[in-house]
Amino acid sequence: MQLPRYDAPTSVAEAVEILAAANGHASILAGGTDLLVRMHSGAERPGAVVNIKKIPELCSIELGPAGLVLGAAVCAAEIGEHAELAALYPGLAEAVALIGSDQIQGRASVGGNLCNGSPAADTVPSLVALGAECAIATPGGGRRRVPVHAFVTGPGTTVLGPGELLVALHVPAPAVGAADAYLRFIPRSEMDIAVVGAAVSLTLDSAGQCRAAQVALGAVAPTVLRVPQAAAALVGSSLDEAAVLRAGDAASAACNPIDDKRGTAGYRRKVAGVLTRRAIALAAQRARRRG
Amino acid sequence: MAKLHVTTEINGESAEFLCEPHQTLLSALRDDLQLTGVKEGCSTGDCGACSVILDGRLVCSCLVLAAEVDGASLLTVEGLARGGRLHPLQQKFLEHAALQCGVCTPGILVAAKALLDRNPDPSEEQARYALAGNLCRCTGYDKIIRAVLDAAAELRGAAR
Amino acid sequence: MSERKFRYVGTRPIRHDGMDKVTGRANFGADFTLAGLLVGKVLRSPHAHARIRSIDTSRAAALPGVHAVATSADLPEQEHGPGVDMHDLTRNILAREKVLYDGHAVAAVAAISDRIASEALALIDVDYEVLPPVLSVDEAIRPDAVLLDESLRCEGPDPKPAGPTNVAARLQIGRGDVAKGFAEADEIVEREFTTQAVHQGYIEPHAVAARTGADGQSVVWCCTQGHFAVRSYSARLLGLDVSQIKVIPSEIGGGFGGKTTVYLEPLAILLSRKAGRPVKMVMTRAEVFRASGPAGGTRIRLKVGVTRAGRITAADATLLYEAGAFKGSAVMAGVMCMFAPYDVANVRLEGFDILVNKPKGAAYRAPGAPMAAFASETVLDELARRIGMDPIELRLRNAVREGSQAVYGPKLKAVGFVECLEAARNHPHYKAPLGPNQGRGVAAGFWFNGNLQSSAQVSLNEDGTATVVSGCPDIGGSRTSLAIMAAEELGIPVERVRPVVADTETVGYNDVTGGSRVTFATGTAVIEAARDVVRQLRERAAALWGIDVAHVKWEDGRALSQNGVTQEPLGIADITRKAAQTGGPILGRSSWMAKGNGPSFAVHIGDVELDPETGRVVVKRYTAVQDAGRAIHPSYVEGQLQGGVAQGVGWALNEAYLYDAQGHMQNAGFLDYRMPVASDLPMIDTVIVEVPNPHHPYGVRGVGETPIVPPLATVANALHDASGVRMCDLPMSPPAVLEALESRR
Repeated sequence: MQLPRYDAPTSVAEAVEILAAANGHASILAGGTDLLVRMHSGAERPGAVVNIKKIPELCSIELGPAGLVLGAAVCAAEIGEHAELAALYPGLAEAVALIGSDQIQGRASVGGNLCNGSPAADTVPSLVALGAECAIATPGGGRRRVPVHAFVTGPGTTVLGPGELLVALHVPAPAVGAADAYLRFIPRSEMDIAVVGAAVSLTLDSAGQCRAAQVALGAVAPTVLRVPQAAAALVGSSLDEAAVLRAGDAASAACNPIDDKRGTAGYRRKVAGVLTRRAIALAAQRARRRG
Repeated sequence: MAKLHVTTEINGESAEFLCEPHQTLLSALRDDLQLTGVKEGCSTGDCGACSVILDGRLVCSCLVLAAEVDGASLLTVEGLARGGRLHPLQQKFLEHAALQCGVCTPGILVAAKALLDRNPDPSEEQARYALAGNLCRCTGYDKIIRAVLDAAAELRGAAR
Repeated sequence: MSERKFRYVGTRPIRHDGMDKVTGRANFGADFTLAGLLVGKVLRSPHAHARIRSIDTSRAAALPGVHAVATSADLPEQEHGPGVDMHDLTRNILAREKVLYDGHAVAAVAAISDRIASEALALIDVDYEVLPPVLSVDEAIRPDAVLLDESLRCEGPDPKPAGPTNVAARLQIGRGDVAKGFAEADEIVEREFTTQAVHQGYIEPHAVAARTGADGQSVVWCCTQGHFAVRSYSARLLGLDVSQIKVIPSEIGGGFGGKTTVYLEPLAILLSRKAGRPVKMVMTRAEVFRASGPAGGTRIRLKVGVTRAGRITAADATLLYEAGAFKGSAVMAGVMCMFAPYDVANVRLEGFDILVNKPKGAAYRAPGAPMAAFASETVLDELARRIGMDPIELRLRNAVREGSQAVYGPKLKAVGFVECLEAARNHPHYKAPLGPNQGRGVAAGFWFNGNLQSSAQVSLNEDGTATVVSGCPDIGGSRTSLAIMAAEELGIPVERVRPVVADTETVGYNDVTGGSRVTFATGTAVIEAARDVVRQLRERAAALWGIDVAHVKWEDGRALSQNGVTQEPLGIADITRKAAQTGGPILGRSSWMAKGNGPSFAVHIGDVELDPETGRVVVKRYTAVQDAGRAIHPSYVEGQLQGGVAQGVGWALNEAYLYDAQGHMQNAGFLDYRMPVASDLPMIDTVIVEVPNPHHPYGVRGVGETPIVPPLATVANALHDASGVRMCDLPMSPPAVLEALESRR
């Protein structure tokens, strides 16, 4: 593993300057749980590594009337310890809590999980179901926003251009009667990459009718899969068994999975339906408790 | 780039070393500081044998660059015993025979310490999930979990 | 054997190496450093099967910072021979004519840094003629199969392939008349089973440091289950005398059989000789998977018949085992173990040892037996259900006992299979209620347990303590068991005995730690050496008292005079203080080619819970019952049972080597080679049955290997109980289970 440079900038401006100057040869180091594995295997040989964990804006969690602003480098454990965040976005919190062991939780970040661009990332479906946006710092000092569902363009690739830095995730405040859930299927109880991930966000009115829904699946397509047909099956229903089954079937039908060492396409398709139904039930339970 | 100078606190004592930019914390601990309690089992963060506590958080030292710990504080297995007295976790591991070959033991002790620091009264299930990042191939985890829960009880008793 | 009352045997003292191991002070294989150390690395084949046309190392050797380069040209040729085949072993250490698996070692370098060593590897030019790989026993036995070794001929009795083949051997055991036996059966089950290659999964990768002096003497530190084996294999492979090599075993971070052979050690010695500097080599985890030896995959066809009254009348099996790149799978043991627990009059069991383009197999805990038991214990479960009999009852009606003629040959001495079956049946687990989607399975297991050679010496120190020196690396707490046995004989507390695992120059020859033999064979040597010391202590006391030694008794750590004249009892320190006056230092020793290690039987009960919508199976409760003969340190006996269960559960549910069509291993890491983690398992209850082995002074039988034998079928039988589905192909991963459930519906 060769590495001529290591930098630890303390501001976004400084970081962007270093990245722009490196012209694509620098790798961003947040938790390092993906980057160092790739460096050890030789899959990535950066000319420079930029440690962004000393930039305050990337390490903060802010909850306000508009919603959540989550610094891209905040580690999963810290997110899990934030009681208010977990109460407002239980699905996001459980997705974050599923990223690996306690050791990984002590380092891994949502920003890194997103930028790694794995189809099986645990936090992406949840962020998509919540309608989250990425705040990106650009060379020259500007900022731009990209919805999370458009951020990852393929396995391992994102919309980030040279010199750009993902600074924070902006998650809208949940509506009254809204709640989310994330479920993941792995063969063991822990330590596996998701074979299927299902995120559901629901809004119920005071009569228990579903007014809005989002369903997003991970690990069943090259990028996160939004399933509007599944959401449509739920909206206007009382989340009765038939509606939930239809949503599950829509989720299975929408999948475009591959066969790999973690699961076959056919298996992922089936389990996507199962997890969607279960995530709906869990989100509904939470929404009812809030409503 | 020349070697980087890192100043850090390890097991309550200040330490400094030179490291290459790409060098992992695991390598710096073992090769430059002779703290060989951390073990290299996989280098991919999947076995936990290299576990240390960095600024209060449990991490795999194979996934941390040595350069990153400048100004930080670390706890390794060598820092669990104080003044020649074993930490209750270490003592319970011995009493419960919670080790066979012993190579995973340093990592598991550090991970267990991190667990009890944040949750002094874990259930069996919580203890198992907290240690899911530490592979043991010898024991089947049974005696390890018993030792951790027993140490937790002793620490709670001592705290009262 | 009369019921002896033990003072220290059966207690649970803190292990002597425990302090070092919980403080991080213990030195494992990679924890050694020396001045001037070079880093050694291995160039490995990217092809599963290829002819080597040429290797050019000149560019690597010319790179500044490289001090040595080695290929098979640096090693002497070896002849085929019995036991460990050196012709094969030298080719596994460094490939010659061909590379035979993805990861096969081709060359090695030693350089001043990791980075330069890696650069050097990239500068070695190998011209390969890539060949199609053979990746399963089915492919390997086809008449038109690509051959790994044109010169290989099948050993063993006919019918067997004549001429060039991938089948290295056919073997068969049997007795009676299976056709007649099947004719007598009321129910017959015939099934076919497959298992995949699995790794021992030790957390510590192979590691070695070697230093050679100008006098040609090499010193080697390495993690190993057998440092005398490292010495003798390395000497043979390098064309040296064993006296030129000293091997010091480090603490070992797991072995399970996988560290009873050599990979890096001869290379490190070779490189240190060429470079004139010490060389350290450590495998990465990927190298451990790609290049060290798994337990190979298998295909087993089995047919068993029983009467309605529960007598097994006949068993007929064909076992096809992957040996990997070179001959020597554990198929013989599989054949011998398969019906070892049962008194079956008519058996025909044949086995085939088959070459495939995967790493050369190595021993893995009861090698050959788990796969065989997966088949036999599943079929017995099915037969029990067919005749409406409790599965433990069926086994009781056929169980071997003392005096039974075992299927694999010998007449059994005292064995504890019946006792284990009864203990299992009487255990509260067996009758505990089950919840929805839960099921319970039972299976039995057997392992012969090995003997081999052991040496030990016991010396006394001036302070009254004793030092026990032996030469079997301690992989699971054995040194404390040896100390307990010495303490028992000497009559002093276990803490006053210091057990040491010595190197090849400081203790007599010892065979490997393996075969579940150390507590038995080395333990017996320790007991004999301690008894030798006690004899000398009595003689010295007699001399000090001026009485006949026949009147001196040794009890509870003291000499007592029994000639009617009262004397102050003499403790060890009293006697050793005056050793110079009474004849000099007191030293006891013993060495032997062991015999009489007793087989260990086990019965396991496991409960699983199935998620029928995803096929995921979780083990909810597990009880392992096993005959230990005599548990010297019960905690470490329990530990062997629990560890073997965990490995067996992993083998059953999720572990497997995965290959692409070109023979590249796809999951050479702990992320996708899925071993059980702490949250995958429940507490593992253990019951230690003690039917003493008459051949050990205290009744010890080996226990380490049997525990991995029952879990595969225990879990499969439990899944069947939960779901009605019989899984005959391992691993029972969620997709496989879900597919099986759906094809039933």
